[in-house]
Amino acid sequence: MAAKDELGRRGEDLAAGFLAAGGMQVVERNWRCSQGEIDLVVRDGDELVFVEVKTRSSLGFGHPLEAITVQKLARLRRLAAAWCAAHPGPHGLVRIDAVAVVAPAFGAVAIEHLKRVF
Amino acid sequence: MSIGRTHAVSLLGLRGAIVEIEADISANLPSFVLIGLPDAALGEAKDRVRAAATNSGCALSHHKITVNLSPAALPKHGSGFDLGIALAILAADGAIDTASIDRVVHLGELGLDGRLRPINGILPAVVAARAAGFGTVMVPTGNAQEAGLVPGIRVVAAGSLLDAVIWHGGEFDAIPVEPILRPAPDAPHDDGSDLADVIGNEDSIEALLVAAAGGHHVFMLGPPGAGKTMLAARLPGLLPDLDAAAALEVSSLRSLCGLPVGSTLARRPPLESPHHTATSAALIGGGSGMIRPGAAARASHGVLFLDEAPEFPSSVLDALRQPLESGVISIHRANAVAHFPGSFQLVMAANPCACGQYGARDSECTCTPMSRRRYLGRISGPLLDRIDIQLRVQRITSAHVRLADQTPRLSTADARARVLGARAVAGARLAGTPWSLNSQVPGTWLRSARMRLDPTTTASIDRALERGGITMRGYDRVLRLGWTLADLDGSSIPGADHIGRALYLRKAMSS
Repeated sequence: MAAKDELGRRGEDLAAGFLAAGGMQVVERNWRCSQGEIDLVVRDGDELVFVEVKTRSSLGFGHPLEAITVQKLARLRRLAAAWCAAHPGPHGLVRIDAVAVVAPAFGAVAIEHLKRVF
Repeated sequence: MSIGRTHAVSLLGLRGAIVEIEADISANLPSFVLIGLPDAALGEAKDRVRAAATNSGCALSHHKITVNLSPAALPKHGSGFDLGIALAILAADGAIDTASIDRVVHLGELGLDGRLRPINGILPAVVAARAAGFGTVMVPTGNAQEAGLVPGIRVVAAGSLLDAVIWHGGEFDAIPVEPILRPAPDAPHDDGSDLADVIGNEDSIEALLVAAAGGHHVFMLGPPGAGKTMLAARLPGLLPDLDAAAALEVSSLRSLCGLPVGSTLARRPPLESPHHTATSAALIGGGSGMIRPGAAARASHGVLFLDEAPEFPSSVLDALRQPLESGVISIHRANAVAHFPGSFQLVMAANPCACGQYGARDSECTCTPMSRRRYLGRISGPLLDRIDIQLRVQRITSAHVRLADQTPRLSTADARARVLGARAVAGARLAGTPWSLNSQVPGTWLRSARMRLDPTTTASIDRALERGGITMRGYDRVLRLGWTLADLDGSSIPGADHIGRALYLRKAMSS
């Protein structure tokens, strides 16, 4: 696997672990459809949360959260609607979160969770 | 997270208003929002501040930053808010103490490398900060000397954003930087012009003395080469040094225009001589965004010299009528009014006709009477009516040149001493009134019981008034000039010969 894909996978693992430790249940990971991929779907109480995970190894090329543009948010909203259509059943309230992971090769990992970015 | 709050100054005309800069950081996707009606240069502050902070080692937060400039309805211009915005954001982030920046007014533009760049208008901005009750102001190092001219407020000079952050208690390591400085002003350059250079034209020299002593406006009419420009250039040398309030205004106006101010406040009255292609905005002031002072404002407490006056568009000349009357230049825009001081002394020079030879002793005028009338008609009657002294300047003849060495000529230093003496006498007489110069005194006061002159003294102008030779306004102007002539001669009250000479000083146009 390419180094960047490995970093991305590592970041997603860290994010899933972080959210689970925070009391949320992971519903699905890396759900794919024709329009794109959702990194993480979790349930937080009675809310259904679609999480976009961004991982960087350093801040040299910008903070991970800066990579979430307006277009990306629009795509996430479409993907969330597609997931809800593909999985029938009452879903409750829906929200979109972002998790930024800064994971240098050596040293502590910084994880930041922004709720309700959309 | 708390809100970071600090202050800066927004200038409208010469008056500054305190602007409060608030910064808030909220847990949202990264963005930077600047609200409060910034203009284009101020809107670019977002990029400048972010780059400067990153390059100073104190990068801004990666969340949503909202910066508000209050009051929102006051239009704000320019790049002087950069420092305040950067420090407010860093305080909201917790990097520096919020109480520390709240007490200080911050002025300065940030370069992308984090260094602070000097800005225009520091002097009036610091005056405004002191007037608003602030005890400390932080300015770029390049502006520190100018800011130090204002007494009663502490000036902190910062060379870079990092210096400012450390001063407010931020825990960073200092990096020495080379501060960005302004070029030093040229030494007050004495071009060697002296009143003694003027040959012949003794009555013009006396008229200049009268103009300097009483603050009267002058209109010079004469053929090309008669020496009008030469005489006008020597008038500022006859005027006394500026007093403290006037010096502050003159230096503030220079600062606002981006001209170097120097290590002390200006001492000598300014001279402005705009070219006749100047627009109304260049002469009076204006501008679409920031309202800038024009040549007339910069000539406050000094001399505004309009050479080739009929070549100026008549709309531009008429725009001068209001400051000549009120001494203040008010520029109105849809959302604000800017006031500049407009107490200049006007000197206008013109040829008598388009070819310039009308009335010259040795050459023939080739203009038709209609074109002659139209040429000088460009200077409107109401404008001329406000000009006390109307001079005829003649070309000097070879006889004058030959006699030049034999007659002693008045030097600028001696002339200024006489002017100072005359102004002192006038000041003593006008003590207790709202006026300080003879030219400001209204006619009603001069004709009141206390100051009224003997009928025998004013016989000549009374007769002229009856015959319709002069208007009531002209009558009052002759009285004013008479008092100035009496002051110059050391007489306590004008005599008939003073009134006679005053009448002569107004006759240039009609002879």
